Amino acid sequence: MKELTDRALDKVRSMGATYGDIRVVKHIGESIEVKNGMVEGLTSKANEGFGIRVIADDAWGFASSFNLDMEEIDSVAERAVRIARASAHVKGEPVDLSPVDPAEGSFGFDVEKDPFEVPVEEKISLLVDASKTMMQTPEVRIAESFMNSWRTETVFASTEGSYIEQTKTECGGGIYATAVSEGDVQKRSYPASEGDTAIAGYEYVEAMDLPGNADRIAKEAAQLLTAPQCPNDVRSLILEGSMLALQVHESCGHPIELDRVFGTEAAYAGTSFLTTDKQENFRYGSDMVNIVADATVPGGLGSFFFDDEGVPAQRTEVVKDGIFCDYLSSRETAPKIGESSSGSMRAEGWNRIPLIRMTNINLEPDDWTLDEIISDTENGIYAETVGSWSIDDKRLNFQFATEVSYDVKNGSIGQMYKNTIYTGITYEFWAGCDAIASADEWHLWGVTNCGKGEPVQTMHVGHGVVPARFREVRIGVIGDSESEAE
Amino acid sequence: MLGQEKALKLLHDAVEYSGANQTQATLRIGESSLTRFANSIIHQNVFEKDVSIAIKAVMGRKVGYASTNRMDEQSIRDLVDKAVMYAKYSQENRDFVSLAAPKPVKHIETCDARTASYSPEDRASAVGDMIEEGARFDASASGTFSTGYEESAVVSSLGVSAYDAVSLGRITTVMTAGNGHGYADQMSEKVSDLEPLVVAAEAASRSERSRDPEWIEPGEYTVILLPYAVAEFMEFLAYLGLGALAYQEGRSFMSGKLGSRITGENITIWDDGLDMSGLPKAFDPEGVPKQRVDLIVNGVANAVVYDSYTAHKEGKESTGHATGGTGTFGPMPTNLLMKPGDCSIEELITNTDKGVLVTRFHYVNVIHPTQTIVTGMTRDGTFLIEGGRITKPVKNLRFTDSILERFSNVEAISRETMRKDIGVFPAIKAHGFRFTGTTEF
Repeated sequence: MKELTDRALDKVRSMGATYGDIRVVKHIGESIEVKNGMVEGLTSKANEGFGIRVIADDAWGFASSFNLDMEEIDSVAERAVRIARASAHVKGEPVDLSPVDPAEGSFGFDVEKDPFEVPVEEKISLLVDASKTMMQTPEVRIAESFMNSWRTETVFASTEGSYIEQTKTECGGGIYATAVSEGDVQKRSYPASEGDTAIAGYEYVEAMDLPGNADRIAKEAAQLLTAPQCPNDVRSLILEGSMLALQVHESCGHPIELDRVFGTEAAYAGTSFLTTDKQENFRYGSDMVNIVADATVPGGLGSFFFDDEGVPAQRTEVVKDGIFCDYLSSRETAPKIGESSSGSMRAEGWNRIPLIRMTNINLEPDDWTLDEIISDTENGIYAETVGSWSIDDKRLNFQFATEVSYDVKNGSIGQMYKNTIYTGITYEFWAGCDAIASADEWHLWGVTNCGKGEPVQTMHVGHGVVPARFREVRIGVIGDSESEAE
Repeated sequence: MLGQEKALKLLHDAVEYSGANQTQATLRIGESSLTRFANSIIHQNVFEKDVSIAIKAVMGRKVGYASTNRMDEQSIRDLVDKAVMYAKYSQENRDFVSLAAPKPVKHIETCDARTASYSPEDRASAVGDMIEEGARFDASASGTFSTGYEESAVVSSLGVSAYDAVSLGRITTVMTAGNGHGYADQMSEKVSDLEPLVVAAEAASRSERSRDPEWIEPGEYTVILLPYAVAEFMEFLAYLGLGALAYQEGRSFMSGKLGSRITGENITIWDDGLDMSGLPKAFDPEGVPKQRVDLIVNGVANAVVYDSYTAHKEGKESTGHATGGTGTFGPMPTNLLMKPGDCSIEELITNTDKGVLVTRFHYVNVIHPTQTIVTGMTRDGTFLIEGGRITKPVKNLRFTDSILERFSNVEAISRETMRKDIGVFPAIKAHGFRFTGTTEF
């Protein structure tokens, strides 16, 4: 492999590139989908190739191919430099990369049970069992269970002398029960709306106990069909972990991406309200809100040893005591705010350039238990599991829906509600945070569907969170008089 | 390009090697380039060459699926072996009947050589021109200019053998003039059809008119949705229920409604993969030729689209709308058309006493599938209409509304249409659109 990467780097140097890197990525995946007790999808996917990124004439170019032979290496290297020179026709200031010490070595995460070594029949059996259990609830029309496994081997080499090999195995799964009645469809998921995934082996799926939770999830889906609509009101809102993971993802994770702040995603994903004048002085949340970006947490989907620019994994304070502190950055963007890269550049695969992506964006725990938060709440809603999500292109106005919620009155959980929606402005919402659960309830959720960039790249990221309470939250859709609270 | 002969031979060899009861082999190979600009400079510029070869192997009623991007003979044999092994390990799917039967596929010209090989220098030059055009409006330019092609082929042991190639060029831009933003895009299978300066001028003038937007009270408004916004609604409508899988599972808004009125009489929507005004494609990933399907006719739910799996469940024939892979996503329309009206977009505005003009939406998501309730934000050009003219730009608004309810309140439809990813759409004027929130810009 070193011969191949050297060839690419020599070629781009010989063509006048002032910087070059190559990533060779080999990716395998296995997906099992079961619906209504039958295997609907049993899929194997293998994909490999390389991408060469260069700076020539002070502008960026990138070219990639699936064909890993030496002639193709030369051809793609030439194309990358040619593209950079074309970019230079419409360039800005010369690219200034923050320094990084060249690194060499092989790095990998250990897993307990390699999911690719576990017999397919065993994995199918677990999923069919969960699906058939959900089918025993008559209202459940669609009973789905799934499991995904991925292994990614990446070699990164640069003209600055880095040669880094990394391997990671990811595994996850989940179940969905969809109940249908005349004019209504309600869904419950476990453990989260897109399942849960980690850098781990098959033991991670086993620990979820999908069959053991199937009956409860199915019955909740059926109950939702006859549950009343969540009333419109302004009340306290207690969010369960996977729902809060989405809240962190959308309203904190994306706005701290420094490329968005500098406008380079303006035409697609959008920009950010967290402009650089707000660094270290903007009140993002209440005093008890502390958020970190941590690529070093074991098992997190946003964990790695080096990012795709060869920068070591780091832990960065994003929000400290409620004040916004720092961004996710790259070697190109960090110098613009007088910093070094936070090590956040990742690419979906060999055929994509690295972009600033979330690592594990984690809400630091406090000292409440969830039971204490509920018993301390006079008038509120306890909401579980992501239903839908939408947020404006600066990440201010959000509206999220949950699969299920419960009335909280005088410290006790009561009535189940369906179609629960809550909305707000990001910094106002986080300013209302007045109770955060302790580390005992902390869970690092794996999110596998984070989209960004053109061509779009879907990234795996992590969110370590605990349940928390938010005061004075608008629940329900404004103007929906039919469900307005009495 | 690989070419028809080599593509089909590669797949025929794979099918012949397979020991499964039925085997389907598909191939997609292509090159794509994308020049991305922001803050009026090119900041990302990429090229990709990739291939995907997939095998669906059937043993009785058990199905296995495997894909790779290795093209050598041994890798493809390994791939077939993997799919067959998966089929053996899988369990009986009582709803699976058979792979799709072969049907003649009509050839359509969808690949333009110049678009397939358009150079980075040509894209950079066009982007430079767009940036200059934006500067005339004191606007900063962001966006993309992409070109490329994809060849696709399907061969099966039942006799399916289909090949075509499709090229695509696309320009998108957001211009920013102070605190005003404007969007525009164009796409075509021929890059020569694209008009970078026209796109730039449309977005830049919109951004100039969007400066200093004012806050308005959320509530119910008459809206004029430009084709960009209508396309987003149509994409969600297709996802929520125009495919047979959603229909059969009862989670479609069409479930139990065929023959019933679901929108206003002035709404007629069909899918026609061969309609050259959209982005046509001769056949689906099962090699089944695209059929025209009249989905909603004069407001009445008429039909949904099928792949072979969902068609066999009802004893019907596929309409050529498979989405590929294992098929678990279900069939979907790919080239939707909405019947245009007889007035201009300008007339939609001049005939509106009070309303909101929406250029496009951002981050739309589903609130309730069968009620077709979705939420999202407006973006890149939202204006208040008073007394038949645009009086001021307004800060972006959140909407939470039912697509079908709004399609029941359409007062007028433009005769101008626009080609988008999922079809061809006019602008519409509808009353009672529910804006439920606002933001700060």
